[in-house]
Amino acid sequence: MKEIINLPVKNVEEEEYHINMGPQHPSTHGVLRLVVSLQGEIVKSLKPHCGYIHRGIEKMCEKDTYPQIIHLTDRMDYLSAHINNHAVCMLVENALEVEVPERVKYIRTIVDELNRIASHQLWWCSFGMDMGGLTCFFYGLRDREKILDIFEESFGSRLLHSYYTPGGLMMDIHPDFQKNVKAFIKYFRKKIKDYDELLTGNIIMQLRTKGVGILSKEDAISYGVTGPSGRASGFACDVRKHHPYGVYDKVVFNEVMGTAGDTFERYMMRMHEMHESMKIIEQLIDNIPPGDYTTKMKAVLKLPAGEYFQRVEAARGELGVYVISDGNKSPYRMKFRSPNFSNLSVLDHVSRGCKIADLVAIGGSLDYVIPDIDR
Amino acid sequence: MNFSIYDFTSFTQWIDKLLYDNLPAFWAVVVEMTIIGLLVLLFYALIGLFLVYAERKVCAFMQNRVGPNRVGPFGFFQTIADLLKLLMKELVYIKNADSLLFNIAPFIVIIASFMAIAAIPFAKGLHAIDFDIGVLYVIAVSSLGVVGILLAGWSSNNKYSLIGAMRSGAQIVSYELSVGLSLVTIIILAGTMQFSAMVEGQANGWFIFKGHIPAFIAFIVFLIASTAETNRGPFDLAEAESELTAGFHTEYSGIKFAFFFLAEYMNMFILASIAATVFLGGWMPFHVGGWEGFNHIMDFIPPFVWYIGKTFFIIWIMMWFKWTFPRLRIDQLLTLEWKYLLPINLVNILIMAFIVLMGWHF
Repeated sequence: MKEIINLPVKNVEEEEYHINMGPQHPSTHGVLRLVVSLQGEIVKSLKPHCGYIHRGIEKMCEKDTYPQIIHLTDRMDYLSAHINNHAVCMLVENALEVEVPERVKYIRTIVDELNRIASHQLWWCSFGMDMGGLTCFFYGLRDREKILDIFEESFGSRLLHSYYTPGGLMMDIHPDFQKNVKAFIKYFRKKIKDYDELLTGNIIMQLRTKGVGILSKEDAISYGVTGPSGRASGFACDVRKHHPYGVYDKVVFNEVMGTAGDTFERYMMRMHEMHESMKIIEQLIDNIPPGDYTTKMKAVLKLPAGEYFQRVEAARGELGVYVISDGNKSPYRMKFRSPNFSNLSVLDHVSRGCKIADLVAIGGSLDYVIPDIDR
Repeated sequence: MNFSIYDFTSFTQWIDKLLYDNLPAFWAVVVEMTIIGLLVLLFYALIGLFLVYAERKVCAFMQNRVGPNRVGPFGFFQTIADLLKLLMKELVYIKNADSLLFNIAPFIVIIASFMAIAAIPFAKGLHAIDFDIGVLYVIAVSSLGVVGILLAGWSSNNKYSLIGAMRSGAQIVSYELSVGLSLVTIIILAGTMQFSAMVEGQANGWFIFKGHIPAFIAFIVFLIASTAETNRGPFDLAEAESELTAGFHTEYSGIKFAFFFLAEYMNMFILASIAATVFLGGWMPFHVGGWEGFNHIMDFIPPFVWYIGKTFFIIWIMMWFKWTFPRLRIDQLLTLEWKYLLPINLVNILIMAFIVLMGWHF
């Protein structure tokens, strides 16, 4: 094993030993490798090794046109594909100073929030499974299927939609979209009670998560932990609230904030966010204004030379897109600030001194998606 | 010979007499042992297969799924197909593993559970051996399995396996106490350790009803502790798949893995059988003292059906546990045993002894 690990031996105490969690391991949710240094069952330190699913998306973007880049962003955080698309579309629209129709903004906001619910549902599945409750997995997937059905009906695909284009949408929503979304919200309001009964209120789950993996507000800010994980520590970082885009400035919703910063708080943040997302959708779904679903754009989009930055609130935190354009049809340099990479960086800090089982629970509550870390 | 499904005693005695009449005493014993061994082995394999199927169906129903439904009627032959697959799979030999211990471990686990099943009364007159210390024997033998698990984890040359085995060792050593002490509570009430005498003692009411609240508490403690002792969820720390991939049997493949798998299910069956026998009357039908007509109707259901029904009811409860609760952490697991279950158990024994002394039980 020694030649695989390549760790400096000098700081390692004699009782410590290393295990490789991953690249193939049930709790890393993908091909992430954590070299964990253990003393008995206690985690002394850990070292994440990224890059097993690195596809060079940022480099590929330098050769692609802006409408093509949209399709690559789907493949980063594939669980919030719409929101990733939204970031690039808004960046191009702002750079070209195109005003998109109100209808587009409404639809984008609704679809983003649906995507956020779907993402949190899958997180709930896998978190339950990390805790050892396999039944959660099937409950969550059952309800996520309803959202994917709505997506499939309107956009023709279930996971990687590429529904947004610079200037608007690929196609108009399906005539049944509003009816189905309202039916889903009615259905899910009932089912989310099951989630609480099965996992949130469970004494074992509460014992295992409360007070485990505490992340202070200062650390959350200095590590750049955003999204529900950052807000659980009291870091007000919701882009939707502080830098509104879409029609988030027209709806009433709470920025769900926590104080404890432990695993249970991070869990509760996402449970609350699902309620908040449903509230946002309910306010918008009946008021989608009529009009065009896209604006007329030029055949070849060329951004004026300069630097551009756009951020959105993805399901796992703040997604930033940074572009340097030299006036050509593809960017000179493109950089994604992915929420998962920052969230992963804090894993070593919060899990020191915990047990292996806690490490798995903390990893589940940080909710990382590996393709977004590696890009 | 008069054969009856309500009482196997005359049937087994007839076979015994037949053998001893026709064979020398030594060979009669040999033939008898062989027959019983084969029958128990057959029963063991069939119950194991059925339990795997039952678990898949039960967990499917709890998870909005259908479960196996393609091979045979209601997917009934799925486990047989799986067994054939496991039999034909390659046995992987691991470099730098302690091959002797590695190969012995699955056999220790399966022999321990196989030995325990010999002492369990399935119906009136239908058990392999009727020890006068049956309860003690079953507890002693079923706890041998942990040796196999520890050896498996130690010899696999895998850190996950080692962690799993150490957890399993700590867990079984702790929970063995609760299993034993909750049975002691009932032994005080029954006044015997012999399974057949225990069952006979429940002819006018099961011990769980006869022993007031202490018997009920002992039953609950036994359920929790036996779930822990069989390494099943929420106490499946030894093979916690989200932490340790598969725990102590990570490195095993083919039929050796199947042995561990089968032994886990059979341990569940054995502990459920003990719970059914000790607390719920074993093969004894449900009787209420004084209700002659009701008791007579209950007697029409064969004892074997009563036994299987009670055992599977308890197995179903264990499966329900597993598919509902998340897993405990190792320190919480040990806290539960040493700080809660053990003191409760000890106080419970005192109360039970007091009740029996004062003659307050039914």
